[in-house]
Amino acid sequence: MEHYTMNLTLKVWRQKNSQDKGRFETYEVKNISSEMSFLEMFDVLNEQLIAEGKDPIAFDHDCREGICGMCSMYINGRPHGPWQHNTVCQLHMRAYKDGDTIVVEPWRAKAFPVIKDLVVDRSAFDRIIQAGGYISVNTGNAVDANAIPIEKEKADAAFAAAACIGCGACVAACKNSSAMLFLSAKVSHLALLPQGEPERKTRVLNMVAQMDKEGFGSCTFTEACEAVCPKGISVTNISRLNKEYLVAGLTEDKR
Amino acid sequence: MIDSKIPPGPLDQKWTYYKGHCKLVNPANKRKLEVIVIGTGLAGASAAASLGELGYQVKAFCFQDSPRRAHSIAAQGGINAAKNYQNDGDSVFRLFYDTIKGGDYRAREANVHRLAEVSVNIIDQCVAQGVPFAREYGGLLSNRSFGGTQVQRTFYAAGQTGQQLLIGAYQALERQVALGNVKMYSRHEMLDIVIIDGKCRGVICRNLVTGELERHFGHAVLLCSGGYGNVFYLSTNAMGSNVTAIWKAHRKGAYFGNPCFTQIHPTCIPVSGDHQSKLTLMSESLRNDGRIWVPKKKGDTRKPNEIPEDERDYYLERRYPAFGNLVPRDVASRAAKERCDAGYGVGSSKQAVYLDYAAAIIRYGKIECGKQGITNPTEEQIRTLGKQVVKEKYGNLFDMYQKITGEDPYEVPMRIYPAVHYTMGGLWVDYELMTTVPGLYALGEANFSDHGANRLGASALMQGLADGYFVIPYTIGNYLADEIRTASISTDHPAFVEAEKQVSDRINCLMSIQGKQSPESFHKRLGKIMWDKCGMARNAEGLKQAITEIQELRKEFWSDLRVTGTIHEYNPELDKANRVADFMELGELMCIDALHRNESCGGHFREESQTEDGEAKRDDANFSYVAAWEWKGDSQWQLHKEELHFEVAKPSQRSYK
Ligand SMILES: Cc1cc2nc3c(=O)[nH]c(=O)nc-3n(C[C@H](O)[C@H](O)[C@H](O)COP(=O)(O)OP(=O)(O)OC[C@H]3O[C@@H](n4cnc5c(N)ncnc54)[C@H](O)[C@@H]3O)c2cc1C
Ligand code: SF4
Ligand code: FES
Repeated sequence: MEHYTMNLTLKVWRQKNSQDKGRFETYEVKNISSEMSFLEMFDVLNEQLIAEGKDPIAFDHDCREGICGMCSMYINGRPHGPWQHNTVCQLHMRAYKDGDTIVVEPWRAKAFPVIKDLVVDRSAFDRIIQAGGYISVNTGNAVDANAIPIEKEKADAAFAAAACIGCGACVAACKNSSAMLFLSAKVSHLALLPQGEPERKTRVLNMVAQMDKEGFGSCTFTEACEAVCPKGISVTNISRLNKEYLVAGLTEDKR
Repeated sequence: MIDSKIPPGPLDQKWTYYKGHCKLVNPANKRKLEVIVIGTGLAGASAAASLGELGYQVKAFCFQDSPRRAHSIAAQGGINAAKNYQNDGDSVFRLFYDTIKGGDYRAREANVHRLAEVSVNIIDQCVAQGVPFAREYGGLLSNRSFGGTQVQRTFYAAGQTGQQLLIGAYQALERQVALGNVKMYSRHEMLDIVIIDGKCRGVICRNLVTGELERHFGHAVLLCSGGYGNVFYLSTNAMGSNVTAIWKAHRKGAYFGNPCFTQIHPTCIPVSGDHQSKLTLMSESLRNDGRIWVPKKKGDTRKPNEIPEDERDYYLERRYPAFGNLVPRDVASRAAKERCDAGYGVGSSKQAVYLDYAAAIIRYGKIECGKQGITNPTEEQIRTLGKQVVKEKYGNLFDMYQKITGEDPYEVPMRIYPAVHYTMGGLWVDYELMTTVPGLYALGEANFSDHGANRLGASALMQGLADGYFVIPYTIGNYLADEIRTASISTDHPAFVEAEKQVSDRINCLMSIQGKQSPESFHKRLGKIMWDKCGMARNAEGLKQAITEIQELRKEFWSDLRVTGTIHEYNPELDKANRVADFMELGELMCIDALHRNESCGGHFREESQTEDGEAKRDDANFSYVAAWEWKGDSQWQLHKEELHFEVAKPSQRSYK
């Protein structure tokens, strides 16, 4: 790979806390190497701000290798930036050229209030899992792991759904701020496995109810979520969720 | 005297004996007992969920915005278990033996045997939770091999094993949250422990969103806060991984075990420049199929694909024919460093070696052609099918490499170099996982226990889950059974007030320095000292220098630090300053430990102690012990020794030749 350096203009959302109205601020960064990651470019900017005695920009990040789901920047109108199947921590500066202007905002959704600058509160996702995103098996209750064979295709499909990193890009990309892709990934993961069978119906009903309660919008199937999902979670999971929901609703015990 | 409380009886009966004789707490009393769990990675989440299920009242804390994001999520390659599903001669004994030997005879036999015993239950538990491990076409679980072993005992989920295991534990944890047994505090950082009448009774935490300090009482406290590899600044650890939780405990009386035992992982993407903020691991599982080499000619500038086969030096296969590319990590890392130092390194920095998949692609391609009945396949067909197989096995790792370097690893060999990865050292714990402070436990990477001087691949996930799911639920009962008459202590108790004041004073102190340099810049400088002088190779001279340099850096830190923002708000700079301050004290202790251990063992390589052909030379006569350091005040520690006794796995010089 050829390496090069670039100067960039950044327009970044600054918001002191959840009450503050927030606004864009413009910054210049110089001599950015094409080998840096996008977050390393932000590190450079932040060190620059600290040297000038200004408040650095708060952003969430941890693993910096695309797996923890913590990083969350909305870059030039797209969650996680321009690359396909990618998180912002894995975006590298070779995606940009000298003189570019880049606009960076937080995830925007009613259910994800801003904490500061680019940091939002995604605890609604945890509460959706609490509503049923698990298999109820206490430690020590398990049978031998090979006692129940699972078809490879099913196991692979469950894994593909379980690969969701809970980043919330799907919500940020959706004009309705729907969390259906996230939710459907979990429902699919567990519905595809025999271990998930006993709680299959209550799980989907309770999780959908919690999602509605959290203030996420409804799904109008624009597929914007799939397009930005860093883990390639497919919208076929949403179709599966809808089916699961319907079946569960029809056969639900109405006491 | 430190007592490791190893149960009596033959090695393979100790755990059974313990379980049959430890004290129990009845269900009604469990409900009255409160347990604090710091950290919700594999160790913490599994412990919190299991204790919640048992009926204890649990409070769990993590600094990320959700327990699902703990650093465990990043583990790639797999988890070991002595299931012997492959019928290739594995057993509990072999897993035990491999771990002791891999750790270069610096781990405690009884703990390691217990680990091997419960390893089989872990896989069962995870599958029951819905963890989608890789499977064969017949529907049964698939295995692969890892460094330092000759059997296939590693269970995996593509290159995302840690993610799948953590999601399993996280879901179990969230279930307990929903049931009201666990209360979860995300974006909280523990900044001190509270000791009352000699027992650990709680913690002081900072709410990272508001900056408020909080007091929390517990009848017992579990530290599951992960490893401290970030003391080197650059490592494969997540950015937030830090030593603060266990360091605060250390300063309050918990001994620190083998602090200098650091694992340098052989296969990471090399440093590309000064801007580098972290290093990315390429899973060890890649060494299963990839071949590692450098050019035979010094300073060769040809492109890798232009270097003919007979001008390549497959140095691991050459030096270690029995294990080849699958030697343990410490051996593989030093061999790479040796080649690069000798001038055979590749890439623009010359600090890299090749990890090559060309041969594997052809090998798998031919097998696939055979399976699909393609006779006389073209080279192109073989390569295409071979690439598909490799993609299925390692696809996400190859993608990651390509994203970072912009190079296509299916076509050009990957460039790799060793990087700091894991810390075998940690708080000293006894057989029950209790530290030297009664009521304070350490689990997972935060303790020193099972890996000796070098950890085998796929054994950290195993240990974290063993500690959390299968060990602590028994051992904590043995302590809490005597606490059932202790009512909850009010957090207005003077010990809580005093501990909170200490934390608050320190934060005020950090904020008031108002100097010029950022926490990040100090961290970088500390990392450089540690990497240069306490890294892959260490010597007395360098370590002494490092100690002086770190002391000077600390002085500079406390007089010229600049922390922007204020205390009562979301302020990542302040969090970072707190952590870097602790890293500096730890760095000094690591150098002291490395200096005192005048032998080479596992990941600890003292240049003064090597064989003629450059292999690490242990000194069992003088160093067959765990170094447990007691904090005695600034820059002062006292060494305590836990002698190691090997009754079953008799020490021998490790040989992978
Ligand atoms: C890239 C990578 C790949 C790896 N691959 C493998 C593998 O394939 N197989 C294997 O066996 N091992 C692997 N390992 C090692 C393994 O992942 C770790 O050792 C293990 O996951 C550690 O788990 P843990 O639960 O001890 O800690 P962690 O997962 O690090 O969790 C620490 C927890 O503590 C919390 N915490 C820390 N400090 C505080 C504080 N002061 N207050 C409150 N909370 C705090 C954090 O929020 C977090 O929840 C890998 C490691 C890395 C870096
Ligand atoms: S579905 Fe995709 S975009 Fe949505 S949270 Fe999961 S990984 Fe992120
Ligand atoms: S920082 Fe972990 S996914 Fe980006």
